[in-house]
Amino acid sequence: MHSSLWLTVLVALPLAGSVVAGSLRRRAGAAYVAGVVTAGVELVLTAVVVVLYNGHVAGAATFDFASRHVLAAPFGLAWDVALDGISLLLVALTSLVLVLALVGARDRRREPAFVAWLLMLTSFTMGSFVSHDLLLFFIFFELTLVPSYFLVAQWGAREAGRAALKFFIYTFTGSAFLFVGALYLAFLHQHQAGGDLTFAYGALSATVMSRSTAVWLFGAFAIAFAVKSPIWPLHTWSPITYAEAPTAGSIELSALLAKLGSYGLLRFAVGLLPLALTSTRPVLLTLAVIGIVYGSALACVTPDLKRLVAYSSLAQMGFITLGVVAGSKIAMVGAVLLMFNHGVITAGFFLLIGFLERRRGTATIADLTGLQGPAPVLAALFTVVMLASIGLPGLSGFVSEYLILIGTFATHAWWGVAATFGVVLAALYLLWVYQRVFHGRATGENAQVVDATTSERWVMVPVVVLVVVLGVFPKPVLDRISPSVQQLISHVAPAGVSK
Amino acid sequence: MTGLVLPSIHYLAILPVVILFVAALVLLVASALVRGALSRALTTGFTLAASLAAAAAAIWQWSYVADHGATTTIAHAIVLDGFAVVSSAVVALSLALATLVAHDWSRREHVAGAEYHVLSLAAAAGAILMCQANDLVVIFLGLEILSIGLYVLVAFDRQRAISAEAALKYFLLGGFASAIFIYGAALVYGATGSTNLTSLSYFLGSNTLLRPGLLFAGGGLLLVGFAFKVAVVPFHLWSPDVYHGAPTPVTGFMASIVKVGAFAAFLRVLVSALGTQMTTWRPILFVLIVASTLVGASLGLVQRNIKRMLAYSSINHAGFILLGLYAADARGSAATLFYLMTYAPIVVASFAVVTLVGGEGDEAHSIASYRGLARRQPWLGGALAVLLLSQLGAPLTTGFYAKFAVLAASVDAGGGALALIALLGAAIAASFYLRWVFALYADEGRGATRVPVPAATGLVIALGVVITVLFGLWPGPLASLAQHATVLFTP
Repeated sequence: MHSSLWLTVLVALPLAGSVVAGSLRRRAGAAYVAGVVTAGVELVLTAVVVVLYNGHVAGAATFDFASRHVLAAPFGLAWDVALDGISLLLVALTSLVLVLALVGARDRRREPAFVAWLLMLTSFTMGSFVSHDLLLFFIFFELTLVPSYFLVAQWGAREAGRAALKFFIYTFTGSAFLFVGALYLAFLHQHQAGGDLTFAYGALSATVMSRSTAVWLFGAFAIAFAVKSPIWPLHTWSPITYAEAPTAGSIELSALLAKLGSYGLLRFAVGLLPLALTSTRPVLLTLAVIGIVYGSALACVTPDLKRLVAYSSLAQMGFITLGVVAGSKIAMVGAVLLMFNHGVITAGFFLLIGFLERRRGTATIADLTGLQGPAPVLAALFTVVMLASIGLPGLSGFVSEYLILIGTFATHAWWGVAATFGVVLAALYLLWVYQRVFHGRATGENAQVVDATTSERWVMVPVVVLVVVLGVFPKPVLDRISPSVQQLISHVAPAGVSK
Repeated sequence: MTGLVLPSIHYLAILPVVILFVAALVLLVASALVRGALSRALTTGFTLAASLAAAAAAIWQWSYVADHGATTTIAHAIVLDGFAVVSSAVVALSLALATLVAHDWSRREHVAGAEYHVLSLAAAAGAILMCQANDLVVIFLGLEILSIGLYVLVAFDRQRAISAEAALKYFLLGGFASAIFIYGAALVYGATGSTNLTSLSYFLGSNTLLRPGLLFAGGGLLLVGFAFKVAVVPFHLWSPDVYHGAPTPVTGFMASIVKVGAFAAFLRVLVSALGTQMTTWRPILFVLIVASTLVGASLGLVQRNIKRMLAYSSINHAGFILLGLYAADARGSAATLFYLMTYAPIVVASFAVVTLVGGEGDEAHSIASYRGLARRQPWLGGALAVLLLSQLGAPLTTGFYAKFAVLAASVDAGGGALALIALLGAAIAASFYLRWVFALYADEGRGATRVPVPAATGLVIALGVVITVLFGLWPGPLASLAQHATVLFTP
């Protein structure tokens, strides 16, 4: 077992960096450098943690780096962190996305504050993924709202204030259900086990409850996570928020914060309340499929690139939800992998859209045409990310979607059939938008567009590398996810999950 | 011939009240004897010393309670227990903070004389008396001392007609509420033969009333009286007008000490005296909580005036504090106390910022006055943002743990649905706090002048922020204090 100090540092370092960047108010350049250095160190530390991770600690159920310190007994508040294969992947995604957002979506307006909020958001997101305690997770989950609100509201487009408020209120309302559910579960556990109030994951997962209690609690948890993910029909905050947010904000929201929702659903709703799964599964599967088809359909007709990615994300999150609840190990592994892949792909999309916006000042599809001529490298990068998102074999999107679909076919074939339409629609809307934006003859301002600069190319390198490598050789990653998913499923098994 | 038999008096038990009262009298007499007005620094310093002395007396009381347990004195009319001690200390410290804010305000508005401090000392003494009361009559006494002081304080700004209007409104409705309260006390006496809370609890625990109508009527009227004082819906109509009309430091003072005093007494009456009647009053509280959290939040949304918005925010908070009373057990009492401990400094500090931004004449209270404040003055604006996030209930602030505590108590007591409704109310309220925060960081208003931050008020704001962030990061000590205080709670 490795020391939990690693994880504590992963959470604390960006927070410290945030304070430093925030205090360099009058020196924008220095603040940016501080931010990039923090992000770089964080990425290196994450790489070390990924290498060190040992999923075979005796009695720890694939968790490593675990420790628990009670901070305030009356509240059951504890610093309780641990990593397993599932959260490991998301921790890596968090560090990676921070670097991409900082370097690729630099925003020079009041830069120190911008960097500070971005680092703070990373710290809180990191905290949520390493939490091994429902309350600690909830606190970080709530905390992410504050920096993301400020990022969207202050650096976003014209309607950003309204969008940020909508985002905040939606998520805050969803969290209300999660909070009350968590309290109820903790008291249920306390009345059974005695002792102090505790929200420890291991303790809560041993709570005995009736099926109807489990269903109620699952419903409460699922509402919060469905808002965050987003899952249809609680997604309505997302298109406007993704569209109005600054590029870095869109990246963080769609690549990372959305994963908080699906991760929460997997870890806390399914993991803690397996009894509820048999009754709630048809509902969630149906919502996921509706999300896939609805999101893809709207992506076909939306006039704005950012909104297109928002709707496409809705569809992708539908796939993840499908995998999480389908009740097969393969689908669940695919869902976890898709959380990572979608994070990388969507970050790539928003980076590229950010590059286009820098050049043209707009992300409206109708205003862009024939960019392939003046900007071939940009077009090529867009093609790679797009093909990965469509699910072309050999690229990362294919592996995860394929795993989810075959898993779902095995257990719930008809939902699998319906979901497959989403794959077809994805090809339709992405290829169509590619045609409209990059093909044809560039005239006027479109002809003046400069191709990707050196730094922009370098930022896209990790995205392209991950998309290709995980498409060709996903085994090392799958080997880390599988035992942890197996562990989760063996707990859920009585509720009818095929191993 | 037997004279009047005086009950034995344990002077330590009433020491904080005595300190504040004597200080008020000394100040009053001194201001009458001295030629000309007393210097502002002197009166403020004196009041500050008195309030800190009262807080120190509370610490002395705490060690006494720790050794001897909860005791009563003066024919069981005054109780000395952990709950009373801690809530008294909160009142005394709120008075100290409010006095500092009032000091700078009175200099800005050219308010001379010691009357302000005399009245605030007396009102705080009344609030402490309510915290310690173990008898309906003593509660009434505390309530009246508190209220009469506040009626005058609300009218204190002679430059603004709205101040006098608010005072008249507060006086008429408050007088009405007091009458309802004392009538309720009389009916309860008729039904049970006592006004003493301990006797009431004992009587109701060992007897079954065949015709409980009189008790219910009396209890209901007491509840209405309290509901008016703490301003919960539907007895809240006075509060936006009074919050708006009163001089801003008075609003902050009122929002903190009235809530502490009235909720402390409310808790004692409901939980310790009428605890056996829980099944009767719980449904009523349920309605009050739902109404306060939802209506308070919704009406807050449409306010353009910051002080009115904060009035609705305090109605929303009152709904949350009632959740602790709803639980009616040790956890609920501790949660209520924790909420009051953390809410009081936040609200005083918030109104301190509002006082500063209000500017000379105390009129600039539209949300537009705050546009870009945090851009021009990052410390002042940032402090207000933290205080608002704390009121909103964001994690890493005490506001989160305050809500946590009362919600946990309510869920534990079977009020899961109620907790959920209250939280949805908090989500609605979040949007007006955020709108305000958004205005703070807005880009416009560059031409606006800087808001001067005098030392004393700045100190109060800094203390409020430090308390909310420090105990937001590390809530253990405060939570344990609240828990220990209620362990010593006499039934």
